[in-house]
Amino acid sequence: MNEIANRFNIDGGPVDFEPGQTILQAALAAGVFIPHLCAHPEFTPHGSCKLCTVTVNGRSGSACTIAAMPGMDVQSDTPELNSRRRVLLQMLFVEGHHFCPGCEKSGNCTLQALAYEMEMLTPHFAHFFPDRPVDASHPDVLLDLNRCVMCELCVRASRDFDGKNVFSLAGRGMASKIVVNSPTGLLGDSDLAVTDRAATICPVGAILPKRVGYKVPIGERLYDPIPISAQVGRLSGATAESGCCGCGSGASGGGCGATASATVAQKEA
Amino acid sequence: MSDLSEANLGALSAIVDKYRRQPTYLVQVLREVQDALDHIPPAAMAYVASALGVPIGQVEAVTAFYAFFHDRPMGRYRVLISDNITDRMLGSMALVEHMLNRLKLKLGEVSADGVVSVGLTSCTGMCDQGPAMLVNNRTITRLTPRRIDEICELIRAQVPLDDWPSFYFKVDDNIRRADMLLAAQWSPGEALRAATSLGPQGMIHELRLSNLRGRGGAGFTTAVKWEAARNAPGHGPNATRYVVCNADEGEPGTFKDRVLLQSYAGHVFEGMTIAGYAIGASRGFLYLRGEYTYLLQALEKHLADLRKMNLLGRSVCGVEGFDFDIEIHVGAGAYVCGEETALIESLEGKPGRPRIRPPFPVTHGYLGQPTVVNNVETLCKVLEIATHGGARYAGLGTKQSTGTKILSVSGDVDRPGLYEYPFGVRIAQVLEDCGARHPQAVQVSGAAGMCLSEREFGRRIAFEDVPTAGSFMVFGAQRDLFEVARNFTHFFAHESCGFCTPCRVGTTLVSNLMDKIAAGHGTQYEMNELNRLAGVIKGSAHCGLGTASCNAIVDTVQKFRPAYEKRLKAVDFEPAFDLDAALAKAREVTGRDDADAHLAQGMEQH
Repeated sequence: MNEIANRFNIDGGPVDFEPGQTILQAALAAGVFIPHLCAHPEFTPHGSCKLCTVTVNGRSGSACTIAAMPGMDVQSDTPELNSRRRVLLQMLFVEGHHFCPGCEKSGNCTLQALAYEMEMLTPHFAHFFPDRPVDASHPDVLLDLNRCVMCELCVRASRDFDGKNVFSLAGRGMASKIVVNSPTGLLGDSDLAVTDRAATICPVGAILPKRVGYKVPIGERLYDPIPISAQVGRLSGATAESGCCGCGSGASGGGCGATASATVAQKEA
Repeated sequence: MSDLSEANLGALSAIVDKYRRQPTYLVQVLREVQDALDHIPPAAMAYVASALGVPIGQVEAVTAFYAFFHDRPMGRYRVLISDNITDRMLGSMALVEHMLNRLKLKLGEVSADGVVSVGLTSCTGMCDQGPAMLVNNRTITRLTPRRIDEICELIRAQVPLDDWPSFYFKVDDNIRRADMLLAAQWSPGEALRAATSLGPQGMIHELRLSNLRGRGGAGFTTAVKWEAARNAPGHGPNATRYVVCNADEGEPGTFKDRVLLQSYAGHVFEGMTIAGYAIGASRGFLYLRGEYTYLLQALEKHLADLRKMNLLGRSVCGVEGFDFDIEIHVGAGAYVCGEETALIESLEGKPGRPRIRPPFPVTHGYLGQPTVVNNVETLCKVLEIATHGGARYAGLGTKQSTGTKILSVSGDVDRPGLYEYPFGVRIAQVLEDCGARHPQAVQVSGAAGMCLSEREFGRRIAFEDVPTAGSFMVFGAQRDLFEVARNFTHFFAHESCGFCTPCRVGTTLVSNLMDKIAAGHGTQYEMNELNRLAGVIKGSAHCGLGTASCNAIVDTVQKFRPAYEKRLKAVDFEPAFDLDAALAKAREVTGRDDADAHLAQGMEQH
């Protein structure tokens, strides 16, 4: 008897997978890039940003949550799906305040990198201009929810890795927002430490370590020389994460505490 | 942060103790905290978090998620007027205006003396006797200008709600056509004894023969669901199974479950007990939507009576080893909790956000255990199958849609109320029976459902043709279908849980576009945008709320295009704001008002 091979097709090309892997995990491990924002190799799949939406055997679904199965036919890099991703990115851009040229995360930001990747040229929709106060109460970490994309990576990192539950997603609909678990609601009154995984995992510039902003100049950062689609090894967790917290140490590696803890996380994951 | 007074501390301590300080009761605890303190202040959140051993962020997240919870004072009398399209058709917006004028308030504003606020809420399920409102979660039906005047007087005099005229709170059944279910008398325990004599497998076998499909809208085969839960192993040291009755009837225009809970609660609870017996569960939950809190007391008494009759409790019906009891959880204003995994999250004391599926609740539901979630009406149907057998049941209705279906009929009809028909009934038949007045459209299955035009009135209510959760809203010739669709887009933007990008942002973009068209600034550009957004949202949203959120737009654009077109400007694009008006301040500052200080808006004016 022939065993059914653990293999499926993405855009016509074969991808081998380990049982238990999701489509996204298997694709990244095989060097196939599927755009994604809320998924991270260290944390349980979430399926909220929907950028990784693919067509599986004719039906839409999130590549980060659907288990890989033998013989699946997955469409991902198609004009229709990329156009849909562009609209989703535009939605994220107009929902918050994203001022890439002046943001200290610029070049290390996944949202920005994906917008370049998907050739998003304008935000297209009218901006919502939400009122989101900045929380600078913590001595080492800045919380600027103007750039939050509700991916909940900080929620998962704090709960599942740090064991601290510093962040929660509260509210609903357009009133959704990240809240801090402290009696005053301020980050400075929480038990977050700059060495926590949650302090460095933010894919955009909503959670930033203080006083390291432009250590590496814009132009020489993580996504500046190499597009995100060419960094699948790092995205799959196969190679150590050099982008760390956006502190700017960038591809040169080392420098901030975040990189050290990220490496620990890699090993433990 | 204000500290809690001695009296309030005592009240809070009694509430958390009543729920044995279990974190799964967080929503229930907060509901009672709000009853006691009129809102949920930060100090109360901190107290509850510490007493239940959950992060304060979770308490804050839950408080902010549910529409009926407030973290700041919203007045001792919190008035919420139902804002479904049927309430609007009955003149609700004029009543809102009237009430705000009488109380000298703006919408959502709290009066200076802290006594009252007036806001809007999604459909309260009283479409056959609207316009309706909730005052501190208590339902008042049949609002008129005079009744609003009286209510304003009562509020000003700060008369306790218990002393308001009792007929304000009267909710009628309005059963217009009764068939198998609505005409059935309940003989306590009869169906349950029939089920126990069949045995669990035998009961599931009869269910399979009946081909009963869920009445909540999705229409999943009930026997398959029960069997899967029965076969699923429990997990961990506290392995068990659960039965959940989904009484979160939030779909606009649906009110059949309300009537079943009010007058057929025996059927509902016995159906749950049969489900518990068949799948081997020991506990059941009835998840009652917050809008139906008025039913809670009667339902609790009903449960107490069932325990006395040994139809709940230990060795139910004398069957050794069959221990089963039911408790009621009350929701707090979140439509998305009608989605079964969101409902389970809410039962666990969390914000009601739909989970990733698979795994499905039948294997990993409440607290990770196998769980069956059934609609109120589905559980009532189980009694017929237990008593008369599955084969006989399958004889009624159509091949894929057996038995009868209850429709909640409202809108432009002479006789709104409940109509029970065998599946397969034509839309035209229902319209004739309810006395529809010059109908041009019927919205079937609520805001998430289908909008049918006159050409489609020959179609049938059945899973094969027009599936429905039970909402049937009729629009007469004078109604504007654009306004119907716009009302629904606001509903979805308000009810989106906010978890996924397309639904969180997309539903708001869509409702903004509809407002722009309504304001007379729409062009073909907006029509194209609506179409494009509908495709993106439907193709990528996380749950049914998002995927269905643009159905009404797609249907009405296709079938009632003139309702849109008459509003459109004949230009390619027009901004949402008035360019010339935006310059008014500049003109004022510069003291100019000549022709060159004005901007013409729109291409045709150049």
